Amino acid sequence: MTETAEGAATAAPKEEKRTVVRTQQVKKVYKMGEIEVHALRGVDMEIYTGEYLSIMGPSGSGKSTFFNMVGGLDKPSEGKVYIDEVDVAQLDAYELAWLRCRKIGYIFQSFNLIPVMTALENVTLPMVFAGLTSDEARDKGMELLGKVGLGERHSHKPNELSGGQQQRVAVARALANDPAVVLADEPTGNLDLATGTEIIELLREMNSHSGVTIISATHDHKMLSVSDRVVWVKDGQVERVANREDLDIEVTHVQGE
Amino acid sequence: MSEKRLAGGREIVLPMSKAVEISFRSLKIRFGRSLITTSGVILAIAFLMSVWSSNAIVGSLRAVNKSEINLLLQKNGIETGLAESGEASAEAQASMLEEESKQTWLISLSLLVCVVGIANAMLMSVTERFREIGTMKCLGALDSFIVKLFLLESTFQGVAGTTAGIIIGFALTFLLALLDYGGYVLDYFPLSKIAESAGFALVVGTSLSLIGAMLPAYRAAKMEPVEAMRSDT
Repeated sequence: MTETAEGAATAAPKEEKRTVVRTQQVKKVYKMGEIEVHALRGVDMEIYTGEYLSIMGPSGSGKSTFFNMVGGLDKPSEGKVYIDEVDVAQLDAYELAWLRCRKIGYIFQSFNLIPVMTALENVTLPMVFAGLTSDEARDKGMELLGKVGLGERHSHKPNELSGGQQQRVAVARALANDPAVVLADEPTGNLDLATGTEIIELLREMNSHSGVTIISATHDHKMLSVSDRVVWVKDGQVERVANREDLDIEVTHVQGE
Repeated sequence: MSEKRLAGGREIVLPMSKAVEISFRSLKIRFGRSLITTSGVILAIAFLMSVWSSNAIVGSLRAVNKSEINLLLQKNGIETGLAESGEASAEAQASMLEEESKQTWLISLSLLVCVVGIANAMLMSVTERFREIGTMKCLGALDSFIVKLFLLESTFQGVAGTTAGIIIGFALTFLLALLDYGGYVLDYFPLSKIAESAGFALVVGTSLSLIGAMLPAYRAAKMEPVEAMRSDT
């Protein structure tokens, strides 16, 4: 059993881990008129392949900013972000689009399905961008919809689906091109307790079956029990990182965070 | 994988058939709203077509130079002073030119208003759809895809509106001409000139729709994917 040479952020030693996302002293400064807002003040983080990581923190803590960095949606003011050992800041628009199409899947709080398209078309849109033929895309799309339990509703438009169903479609869409990472921004934010739990379960299933890395930014404490690691962000820095084993003991304390 | 270029797989594409499908459906879903923009095009092109048709019909009737027809023309305030050689008098020519430049001015103005209206409506549409655009970019859409989608939408609107405008403009003028000049209109109907005008009007209308959509499409394409993440709206 080997231990990684990282600081406080070691997970329980599994087999050899690969890093899928890595940040190095990432800083982000926003200029709001005259005032400079330091959203991130130097974050070092390694996210391993196949892990389920939750990023938690209050509004304004830099959680969303960090999330955007890690997801290739924003570039740091200082420091580096590596996705699969590729420096995100060096990529041009085309390469970034390629990254988002093939390597990363996104899940949003407000589902963000294209309203004019059916569930199947929504799921297959990334495949269209990736150059799959209609047949290939349709077959794969149906398979994915089946996995999330919406096989019969493939021809329904988003306005004919409930919130939970829409989010399931979004999960299927995120997995369209077999990404390395799935980024979920408050996936249960607009869902009630029961539906939220379903979605968290679904994500956990996807994580354990296909080994896709899941990074989620969330307020939802239900997410804690399925995460391999949890990162707490406060004031633009990583306040704390905890592994699931440690969390199980701290369940009562966590509620107060 | 430490090279800068990400390896493997095919490129990012948006097949034309898919783009057309998306644009067409986006238009359908916002039918009510797009009707308002389209009505601007319809009116402007109807105006254009009616002026051109009217000129063509009147011009054709004047060229005949029959006294009964000339009487009708004069009743409607149209100069008919054609000399033996077939040339209009200097006075008649001068007033014709003045009339034409007034018309050109009016038409240009109405077309300009039309373009501004299209640009405004499309800009609104872009602003409303920030989340959709941001999401598509998260799925891997290139800027050029977004531009394509918006330009296609605008083209469809343009063609539909222009066609309607041509028909309405011509029909109105034709009916009025029948009232003023009776059967002579049919006897001396300037078919080729009308067809030519219709063709020009189609080009003008569609081009204007494209021009009006350019700035909005550019704005849409420049939108950052992060916009899709914003959950405040």
